Amino acid sequence: MKTNDVILRTVTKIVVFIILTFGVELFLSGHNNPGGGFIGGLVLSSAFVLLYLVFDVETVHKGIPFDFKKIAAFGVLLAVGTGVGAVIFGSSFLTQTFRELHLPVFGNTELATVVLFEAGVALTVVGVVVTIILSISEDV
Amino acid sequence: MNNIVVMPMIIPLLTGIILIFLRSHVILQRVLGMLSIIAMTGVSIYILKRIQLDGILRIDFGGWLPPYGITFVADSFAMLLVLTTSIVTGILLIYAFSSIGKEHEKLFFYPFVFFLITGVNGSFLTGDLFNLFVCFEVMLLSSYVLITLGGRKIQLVESIKYVVINILSSWFFLLAIAYLYGAVGTLNMAHLSVRIAEVGQDPLLTVISLVFLLVFSLKSGLLLYYWLPGSYSAPPTAVTALFGALLTKVGIYAMFRVFTLIFYHDINVTHTIIGIMAVLTLVGGSIGALAYKDIRQIAVYNIVIAVGFILVGLAVSTEAAFQGSIYYLIHDMIIKALLFLLVGTMFYLTGTAKIEKMSGLIRNYPLLGWLFFITMISLTGIPPLSGFIGKLYIGQGTVETGSYILLVIGFMSSIIVLYSLLRIFLNCFWGETIISEEDEVPLKKGMLIPCVLFGILTITLGLGAEGLSTFVQDAAHTLMNPEVYIEAVLNSNQ
Repeated sequence: MKTNDVILRTVTKIVVFIILTFGVELFLSGHNNPGGGFIGGLVLSSAFVLLYLVFDVETVHKGIPFDFKKIAAFGVLLAVGTGVGAVIFGSSFLTQTFRELHLPVFGNTELATVVLFEAGVALTVVGVVVTIILSISEDV
Repeated sequence: MNNIVVMPMIIPLLTGIILIFLRSHVILQRVLGMLSIIAMTGVSIYILKRIQLDGILRIDFGGWLPPYGITFVADSFAMLLVLTTSIVTGILLIYAFSSIGKEHEKLFFYPFVFFLITGVNGSFLTGDLFNLFVCFEVMLLSSYVLITLGGRKIQLVESIKYVVINILSSWFFLLAIAYLYGAVGTLNMAHLSVRIAEVGQDPLLTVISLVFLLVFSLKSGLLLYYWLPGSYSAPPTAVTALFGALLTKVGIYAMFRVFTLIFYHDINVTHTIIGIMAVLTLVGGSIGALAYKDIRQIAVYNIVIAVGFILVGLAVSTEAAFQGSIYYLIHDMIIKALLFLLVGTMFYLTGTAKIEKMSGLIRNYPLLGWLFFITMISLTGIPPLSGFIGKLYIGQGTVETGSYILLVIGFMSSIIVLYSLLRIFLNCFWGETIISEEDEVPLKKGMLIPCVLFGILTITLGLGAEGLSTFVQDAAHTLMNPEVYIEAVLNSNQ
């Protein structure tokens, strides 16, 4: 049975970008405010899951040709990597650091290694959530 | 700052992650896995030696000092277990190479073994109760995957029980942590110990300690072992051996840590209960080991007996008994891995796990038979094999405190162990051979070598107990004197 989902498709095409933007916003604001890699990652993955629901798996795979298991693994590697990086630079494991830099467009910006750690967390969450949803859908 | 302390957890974690990317390159996965195990073993030996020189080592994650940050603490007790874990896992991986099959290897078998080791080593090393919970979860999640991987019906049936019981006990664990935090406002183990010593262990804290006891006895199979026989006989041999050697030991370790470092003031209540539970475990395990005719079930009930026996050492709490428990823990990790490998290999060779359907295996596979014999006398505790020294010290501890019931039941269980394994030996290895030469399934070298390695290990551990004694004495000394541990953790200028 083919359902008529024109409205859903049309709305999704716009809403996905809103969700993705909101996810990135949450991720970045997490540095000093509520938010962060985990929540940002969840919101980002909800956008992907919405895409998978509205369009079919093959279509979305054409657009996003990644193995989400590998994305999760890469995320963990990134997060652990920032911890090990601290060891290489001679401080305690998982030490995070930051520096004020003057960037052309953004002005004085604080760059912190925590962002890398959080990016790892976000990637892991996206990878794991999408993998779970895809595995469940395969079973049905 | 001693970044080396975190390495026994980081090396397997990184290895596991990297192996995910090498999914289809099975040979590369094996090589990297072995290299990582060798590195872990080397690092563990190095840390163990350094502890003897510099005392207990610790690392504050991110430079946040205890009690605020998370710390990893390496004392001799933890490091002895970490070292044994690395060696046992290495040998079990060799067995897995030839037995686990391509399907498993391509379905992330090795990464999850390494994540399991991450959790196990993390649990041994952590100095923070909440972090202990997290490491337990890392270990359990990997074990959920390993127990279901392959997806045979029996595995799925047993894994549901296993997952449900562990989620329940994790929930209790979280509850106990919350109670404790509400009561004393800290979760750093050394800090907890100081605060509870200051305010005294009132009935409320004793009740909280009993919730912890409930959690750890579920995990280690002390009295609450009813979930254990089913779930440990479902997965493939290499996985069962890994579980049998490591998982219950982590629960036992946690129990030792918590009841020697934090809740050691109200011994009349807590340690008496542990003693009663140990006795009931010994009796229940013995009945199980005698009742079944399935070699896998007999092997599983032997785990239960060992858990009870090790906890006798905690129940009497003298330095000699602690030494005995530590020796016995190390011995048990090795010998249980060997026992499960042998049982799994017998199942592979004959296609049955029933005692009465096997006979005369020693004529077909002599080396296997003699290895089983060594396992049997080592588990019973006959010198010079590794089980002897542990039993001796635990016995000494019970005599010192006059706990003769524990002494008698503990040593009676040794006889039951001997009898249950002797039954397998007499029925399966002796007697008329029923496998003709044409039907004989060839025994793979890759399966025999790990068994031989474990056999050598149990003999060396028995003969070379002297060489280990400095480490074990130091470990028992730290367990007996919590202030040594506290001093090392809370002293800020290390």
